[in-house]
Amino acid sequence: MTETLVIKDLHVSVEGKPILNGVNLTINRGETHALMGPNGSGKSTLGNAIMGHPSYEVTGGTIEINGEDVLDMDASERARAGIFMAFQRPMAIPGVKLADFLRHAATNVRNPDRKEGEDLIPMREFRKELKEKMGQLKMDTEFARRYVNDGFSGGEMKRAEILQLAMLRPKFAILDETDSGLDVDAVKLASQSIAAIAQETEGGTEMGILIITHHDKLLEQNTPDFTHVMLGGRLVETGGEELARELYTNGYDRIRADHPVEARVEAEMQDEEPAAV
Amino acid sequence: MATETLPFKEAPKDTVGEINKYDFVTQTTGVFKARKGLNEEVVRQISAMKKEPEWMLEFRLRSLAIFESKPMPEWGGDIGIDFDDVYYYLKPTEGQGKTWEDVPQEIKDTFDKLGIPEAERKFLAGVKAQFESEVVYGSLHEDLAKKGVIFTDTDTAVREHPELLREYFGKIIPPEDNKFAALNSAVWSGGSFIYVPPGVKIEFPLQAYFRINAESMGQFERTLIIVDEGAEIHYVEGCTAPMYSTESLHSAVVEIIVKKNGRCRYTTIQNWANNIYNLVTKRAMAYQDALMEWIDGNLGSRLTMKYPAVYMMEPGARGEILSIAFSSKGQHQDAGAKLVHCAPNTSGRIISKSISKNGGRSSYRGLCKVEDGAINTKSNVVCDALILDPESRSDTYPYIEVEEQQVQIEHEASVSRIGEEQLFYLMSRGLTEAEASSMIVSGFIEPLIKELPMEYAVEMNRLIELQMEGSVG
Repeated sequence: MTETLVIKDLHVSVEGKPILNGVNLTINRGETHALMGPNGSGKSTLGNAIMGHPSYEVTGGTIEINGEDVLDMDASERARAGIFMAFQRPMAIPGVKLADFLRHAATNVRNPDRKEGEDLIPMREFRKELKEKMGQLKMDTEFARRYVNDGFSGGEMKRAEILQLAMLRPKFAILDETDSGLDVDAVKLASQSIAAIAQETEGGTEMGILIITHHDKLLEQNTPDFTHVMLGGRLVETGGEELARELYTNGYDRIRADHPVEARVEAEMQDEEPAAV
Repeated sequence: MATETLPFKEAPKDTVGEINKYDFVTQTTGVFKARKGLNEEVVRQISAMKKEPEWMLEFRLRSLAIFESKPMPEWGGDIGIDFDDVYYYLKPTEGQGKTWEDVPQEIKDTFDKLGIPEAERKFLAGVKAQFESEVVYGSLHEDLAKKGVIFTDTDTAVREHPELLREYFGKIIPPEDNKFAALNSAVWSGGSFIYVPPGVKIEFPLQAYFRINAESMGQFERTLIIVDEGAEIHYVEGCTAPMYSTESLHSAVVEIIVKKNGRCRYTTIQNWANNIYNLVTKRAMAYQDALMEWIDGNLGSRLTMKYPAVYMMEPGARGEILSIAFSSKGQHQDAGAKLVHCAPNTSGRIISKSISKNGGRSSYRGLCKVEDGAINTKSNVVCDALILDPESRSDTYPYIEVEEQQVQIEHEASVSRIGEEQLFYLMSRGLTEAEASSMIVSGFIEPLIKELPMEYAVEMNRLIELQMEGSVG
């Protein structure tokens, strides 16, 4: 049976302001979905809501993995259930070495029932795997000794996020503008890496991926099976690869014209400058 | 130099391992307990018990008068001590009726989780006395002695090294300095005395843990360290295990002299039981091109007021202070540091970090002072506070006094709530909220941890994990 992430009629508010106004989305494992839309349309909000950010209040609708409700789970439990989000601006954790953090994270995600204080993945085994993955991402192993995102350049942060994706091997991955801040070569490498990682998940089933992006480069190696367009907190159109191509070539004028109601909501949201995303 | 220090290099490791093999023997004679309260009679009694020379008795009596005349400090924490309800002198086998069963479960649990051996637990909880055990560190002591190093308890030093004591004791921190320094000067007992002769570099940390005297962690210990020209020492006092005492007041004085080109590092991590008022005066004088470093960690206690100071007395002197405080429910850590530039071309640095959780309060109180004439001096102060929940509190009281033009003083302070965003980030990678908080706190105190000797660093990390247990959710 294919594993599925199902989002139904999702409404999300931040600090009392509605950002998502009824989102429906189904992602099966093995599928790649692109999520596009103007800035401030609610794309990152969707990612944060799926991941369980406590500031994003779900006011209606459901999110389920294989029929199991995730809304009562905290972010940790969702991670262990197989959801991952590569952050647009990941947080720095000074004093915590990337390798130590990753070993802890990988242990928990791979053994969802692990209790605090129980053994971590054996050091030797972990190091070997980390070294191998860093090699594939063309990262210097020295990098793992640095403090998590502390003083990282934009590009380093994004690569560190992809490294985490590779180590945690989630069922479903949300990539929030993982291409931003990267030069052309780096985007190409990121794109290839993600495509490779997506094949490598547990049980031989590929990941389900939701790629939030403004650019075509990331989609070259990760051809979307579906492209969704978000406007004013809703998914207003769904198409294939060709829709993504149209949007990054022509922008959102046609979308706004075809969906005047959502376009007006979007304009109001822009005026209010929501604290979100 | 390499050959000179070679015999010492392996010593700390061996002794750390060895010490657990020897059970500590309980002292059975000489039990003495002064009655509660403080007056001239008590002070005379203490001095007589210790068979002290006349000059020390006079020093004590003068200090008592100063103590009685000084008002309580009106700043800092709320010092709720009834001075008449304190025992000022307890012989090592204090209160024979005190048993392991009386030690609070919370303290026992911490010992247990830190993996502290049975004999040490009893010692640290004050129910068992540790005293001269030549077997444990006799050889270490001998090697040091051969080089002219003196490492003994301060009581013994008064009798055996009167010339050094008379020259330096009470000179860095005179009894007039503050009420609690005066109190300590009147009733002091125990503590470490160290003298390092010119040019002698002791490359491994000297640890009070292995000290000869039973009163090492007494209520009013007095430490004096003299680092002669070009000499080097790293002294580690206390440890991360909880120090349990039924007494409510701990008021120590630590005086350090670092002469020309000398280096001294003094590391202490104190983890007191939660009923203790911990009011300590620590000061070092650094002479030409000398370096003094304080690494000072404060956990536990009801109130701690402690501000390790470096007075840079001659050109080129340097002072570095790394201070960390962790306060939890019912606790106030009023901790900080002082840098006093008394000569040109001196430089100092303070890094202060505090963590407050479960309604705890941490304050940074620091002084940067540049005396008239101390041109081209540099002081850099960085203090960071981490607050784990809305019930907790953090304050910063930086005092800067500059009486000279050509100086460079920097002060940076930051206060952060444990970031919701940081927590979410770590939790989105499968860490529980408790694991994530603990990891953020560990990272926050990492600058201290990496300065600690290995065995302390490991213990400190475990301790922080324990402190963080159940702190969220």
